[in-house]
Amino acid sequence: MFAYLKQPDARETVTIEFEGRALAVREGDTVAAALLASGVDIFRSTPVSESPRGPWCMMGGCFDCLLEIDGVPNRQGCQITVSEGMTVIRQQGARRISP
Amino acid sequence: MANYDFAVVGGGLVGSAIAYGLCSSGHRVAVLDEGDVAYRASRGNFGLVWVQSKGLGMPNYSDWSQSSSRLWLELAPELKALTGIDVQHRRPGGVHLCHTEQDWLARRETLNRLAGQTQGSFRFEMLDHQALAALVPAIGGDVFGASWTEMDGHANPLYLLRALHAGIAHRGGHYLQGSAVRWVHRDGSGFRLKRDSGDVLCGSVILAAGLGNRGLAEQVGLEAPLAPNRGEVLITERVAPLLELPTTYLRQTGEGSLQIGDSHEDVGMNDGTRTAVLADIASRALRAFPRLKDVRIVRSWGALRVMTPDGCPIYQASETHPGAYLACCHSGVTLAAVHAKRLAPWISGSACPEEIIPLTAERFHVRVPETA
Repeated sequence: MFAYLKQPDARETVTIEFEGRALAVREGDTVAAALLASGVDIFRSTPVSESPRGPWCMMGGCFDCLLEIDGVPNRQGCQITVSEGMTVIRQQGARRISP
Repeated sequence: MANYDFAVVGGGLVGSAIAYGLCSSGHRVAVLDEGDVAYRASRGNFGLVWVQSKGLGMPNYSDWSQSSSRLWLELAPELKALTGIDVQHRRPGGVHLCHTEQDWLARRETLNRLAGQTQGSFRFEMLDHQALAALVPAIGGDVFGASWTEMDGHANPLYLLRALHAGIAHRGGHYLQGSAVRWVHRDGSGFRLKRDSGDVLCGSVILAAGLGNRGLAEQVGLEAPLAPNRGEVLITERVAPLLELPTTYLRQTGEGSLQIGDSHEDVGMNDGTRTAVLADIASRALRAFPRLKDVRIVRSWGALRVMTPDGCPIYQASETHPGAYLACCHSGVTLAAVHAKRLAPWISGSACPEEIIPLTAERFHVRVPETA
């Protein structure tokens, strides 16, 4: 659905892991931008009805881009910059609290 | 010119519950709400339907709260059937956590006195750590115990307010918003309420304007000796079910957020927040529930409780201005059911509920000893 206006080959890329799959993404992008550019549009399911959601505002307000990033649940993908080796999975429903 | 049997000044939980009750008997009812410049305690409160520890020294207030806890079991399904809104009322019992043995012993002493004063209508149990952990598995190992009553519960106060407003509309009541009531004048056998956006005529007027009652009560021969008391609240991200029972200062909402609060500050008409107070709220919650250590806070706010000098409600009918009534309290959620189902019928002509007879503002008057 989303594509770069200008392909990022002029810049460095980094590799992140999303749901076990390696993605080469543009350095400096937010996680949300990187996933959208990689064709991922479902980021999470909601805590109450578990309906699918993806980024909407891209500026930290809507909390619809929540992801589990490097083992930490409920992080806003639009507020975090990608880094080499980062692991990302979807936020499925409400987060659990470790015992 | 609008004309009503009853005009309720204040569209928060107190005014809306009373108006909802008045509508059920077929009267022409209006709710006059100031708008978003008002202090809106009903938008900032905690959502407990709480009985334990209320009414020490005023056992009628305990009985009134207990009556509301029971009537909540009717109100919530009634609102759901009428409006389709689930106000998330649950009554699984509630716990007041005691962090130390000293707290626990003091709590037991206080509640024993309350049980005595209410002649046993107030019932409670003291739980040791093991019994508490059986009810609240997430409790931290350092918490000594708790007091428990089966009558405590909670609800979503925002859904409650919305459901009451929807219920009022459904029953034919009118909600007139955006304009404060500036003056209450007698007009014939009723009252004229002066507002910037047009006067309202009514047979009876019920003052339920929270702290705003202070300027209105004296116009109809009543007193509202109220002061703001600020409570601050923290809201966490939504988490998987952790806590079925509400506690005095931490509860989990139907959507999974943890709401943490119960600070008390005297800061005048300031409904902001202070970092030091929020930090205290958070650290107390962490002592009680260490598992919350990496849970994120997503919101905080302050709101002003509507406090009377003794913390108990004031309900009063004016003697100098028949048809004018006053309702002041800080427990708009707990008392919503009894306001709709017992206070409103009194205002529309039924006998005064026995519990509230001593709850007039006369109790704050200096008593001159009778001399022979």
